[in-house]
Amino acid sequence: MKTTPRPAHAAKLRTLVAGITLFAASTPAALMAADLEAGKASAALCVACHQADGTGMAVPNGEPWPALAGMDAGYLLKQLQDFKAGARTNASMQPFAQMLNDEQMRNVAAYYASLPPRAGTPSQASAELLAHGEKLALRGDWDRYVVACVSCHGPGNGGVGSDFPRIAGQLPEYIKAQLIAYRDGSRANDPIDLMSAIAQRMTDHDIEAVSAWLGTQSAPNSSRN
Amino acid sequence: MAGYAIRAELVKELSMNKKNPSTTHRLKHATKHLANGVALAVLALPLAAWATPAEDAAVPPETLERLQGMAPGAPLPKPGQFVHIPPTMEDLEASSLHPKLKETIRRGHDLFTHTQQLRGKNVFNDMNCSSCHMGEGRLPFSSPVWPAAVVLPNFRPKNGHVNSLEERIAGCFTYSMNGQPPAYGSDDMLALAAYHQWLAKGVPMYQPGNTMYGRGYPKLAEPELKPDVARGQAVYEAKCALCHSADGSGRKQNGKVVFPPLWGDNSFNWGAGISRLFTMASFIKHNMPLGQPNSLTEQQAWDLAQYIDSQERPQDPRYTGDIAETRALYEATFHKDTLYGTEFEGRILGDHSNTGEKPFLKPEGVLRSRDFSGRATNTN
Repeated sequence: MKTTPRPAHAAKLRTLVAGITLFAASTPAALMAADLEAGKASAALCVACHQADGTGMAVPNGEPWPALAGMDAGYLLKQLQDFKAGARTNASMQPFAQMLNDEQMRNVAAYYASLPPRAGTPSQASAELLAHGEKLALRGDWDRYVVACVSCHGPGNGGVGSDFPRIAGQLPEYIKAQLIAYRDGSRANDPIDLMSAIAQRMTDHDIEAVSAWLGTQSAPNSSRN
Repeated sequence: MAGYAIRAELVKELSMNKKNPSTTHRLKHATKHLANGVALAVLALPLAAWATPAEDAAVPPETLERLQGMAPGAPLPKPGQFVHIPPTMEDLEASSLHPKLKETIRRGHDLFTHTQQLRGKNVFNDMNCSSCHMGEGRLPFSSPVWPAAVVLPNFRPKNGHVNSLEERIAGCFTYSMNGQPPAYGSDDMLALAAYHQWLAKGVPMYQPGNTMYGRGYPKLAEPELKPDVARGQAVYEAKCALCHSADGSGRKQNGKVVFPPLWGDNSFNWGAGISRLFTMASFIKHNMPLGQPNSLTEQQAWDLAQYIDSQERPQDPRYTGDIAETRALYEATFHKDTLYGTEFEGRILGDHSNTGEKPFLKPEGVLRSRDFSGRATNTN
């Protein structure tokens, strides 16, 4: 009885993996062989914080747990590798990354990439703050050389390949924490310092605004188009 | 001495991490700076005080601070230079211009920053105006576009006749966008011209172009070492390939251009200003990598320009069918600064009839001379 639905399910998964491979031109070849089933099994380690659907959670005054669902698999894999190697530090993540071998990392990254992304949610922030955030995200503020998010994070801030993550729909608390970390140098695993250089020009007000606005946005899943 | 004092003060102010000024503040500042810029220029001419350090004091610290914000790491204005900080789109909304004119300028801004909306009609590559004129065409050292609105009509060596602002814009479409310019007098052309003029608000007509701070892509000093393709390639792979791809084709997402191609079929053609080595080197030095202007050395910028210019791109629309002849025709006014028609790795660069995605070589009605002698029979 248990075996009957399996082939269909497996075929669906193969289609999904093929879809990922087709659309994410920059996804490393290693991810092509990802086993989503095994990735889902490894994700048992992650669900307590990142939630069963991978859309993350922010508890008041706690560490924000980012949405992983629908993020680019190559990006997620790199973050796991960086946590394991210490290139990106986080006391909560490090022990979990240590538990995963290379294959498990590939699978779990592909699994989260295959889930539907977190949709934008309404913000309690003031209209004025959101307007400032929208301006920074879409046009930037060139008088202070704060480059628009969309310049690198792509159409709808939905991410570009494995190098520029989808930030639309991400938890505002998480975006804020990362921009602060890039600004103070406690996170520095961005390629060519691209994010750090810009974060260093951002005020607290900018960070608050852009995080709030991006959290309200929904973007297509960059991995699956 | 005064210059140094201002710099020290500036550093102090910058480190204070001031709150973002509100729109009304910014408008007030813009107006004030504009007035200062004009005052500086007006003063500089009758006093002819080009070289006195005291002249620096004429640029108020808050203007210098704003310029440093717009062009981090760039040199500050020299005595006697004309400084203009173009108004922003927020300033436009707050202005008393007619609502229909605001709409026109807004449309020009949108075309300028999202030029891909004219793809297949006027644009036949992956470029936007703002790919090269960064910061919505407002930034010093990124070929800010307001000077074109006040120095034209003027004689232009590139095509050997007097050009209007619209013709200058048409030049960008012809070469940098590898396309067919919007017709003179068309709504799109008028909107683009209006945006240029808005950015020049308050600048005197025929303000001398050579005194303008941050105009064009100011030529870097001659490189210490002869620019080298291999060194350029190494820097390219470390600093540029992530966004522009190893093969120079840029990057797209969901079919939309994110990072422009630097060579190949979807890049600017061999007649584009930025295919000149000194222009590309200066653009890179003052604008790249994105968000890190003036972070590369001048030598790196020259080496990168050499590497990028050693690649293929769509044919120069002025191509006669003979590469040597075309180079010779435009050598003095243009190609002396490009590698077009020169040999690289056993082949002649530009020796092909590839026009990229554009199904024609020359755009209609643009590449023609003009005659103001009163003796011409066809002056339409």
